[in-house]
Amino acid sequence: MKLSIQVNEGPYQHQCSDSAYNFTKAALEKGHEIFRVFFYHDGVNNGTRLASPPQDDRNVQQRWSDLAKEHEVDLVICVAAAQRRGIVDDGEAERNGKDATNIMDGFRISGLGQLIEAGIQSDRLVVFGG
Amino acid sequence: MLHIVNKSPFERDAFTSCMAHAAADSTVLLIEDGVFAAMKGSTVADQLSKTKVVALQSDVAARGIEANLADGVEMVDYAGFVDLVTDNEKIQSWV
Repeated sequence: MKLSIQVNEGPYQHQCSDSAYNFTKAALEKGHEIFRVFFYHDGVNNGTRLASPPQDDRNVQQRWSDLAKEHEVDLVICVAAAQRRGIVDDGEAERNGKDATNIMDGFRISGLGQLIEAGIQSDRLVVFGG
Repeated sequence: MLHIVNKSPFERDAFTSCMAHAAADSTVLLIEDGVFAAMKGSTVADQLSKTKVVALQSDVAARGIEANLADGVEMVDYAGFVDLVTDNEKIQSWV
């Protein structure tokens, strides 16, 4: 079955990012397709590559990136939420005159239409956090 | 239909709102702090019998309340969570 995930909370904020990751991983292990993971509100903070959590703690951002690489999962960050919180890719850096980028490998920044499309194209859309 | 509740019933009223709306043939899945709603003897325990209530095993274990679950509450792992999602055409997260 084709599933999509919406993540509304940042990493280490509460538990949502962990729940969403564990669910996504379990769904892939059961042979389902993950059409897209959409990061909204503070969820966009899952997509920074500049975090350095303690070595004995999980690295939430890296974990998403590794999952995307292994299973070709489309990780999409909401552009308006990203602009507010300083999640920047090359295009956003140029558009908004920023001197650096911080987006994690495997993530991309796009619009809310990507969430709507995920809802239409997927058999199920599961919302985490908020 | 599958309803997902992730907040404690003693912190937000999501669980109570969910139980007021859930049909008798629905399933309510408790995850994260939502699992506290599954404890026996609490002020919301009488609502558990309205419909089928399932709790995420790892979140129940993390909070040490396995021995205090109300009768009739089932537990699932993440694979079971995925099955609940694919088995139910409609899903509502009460965030």
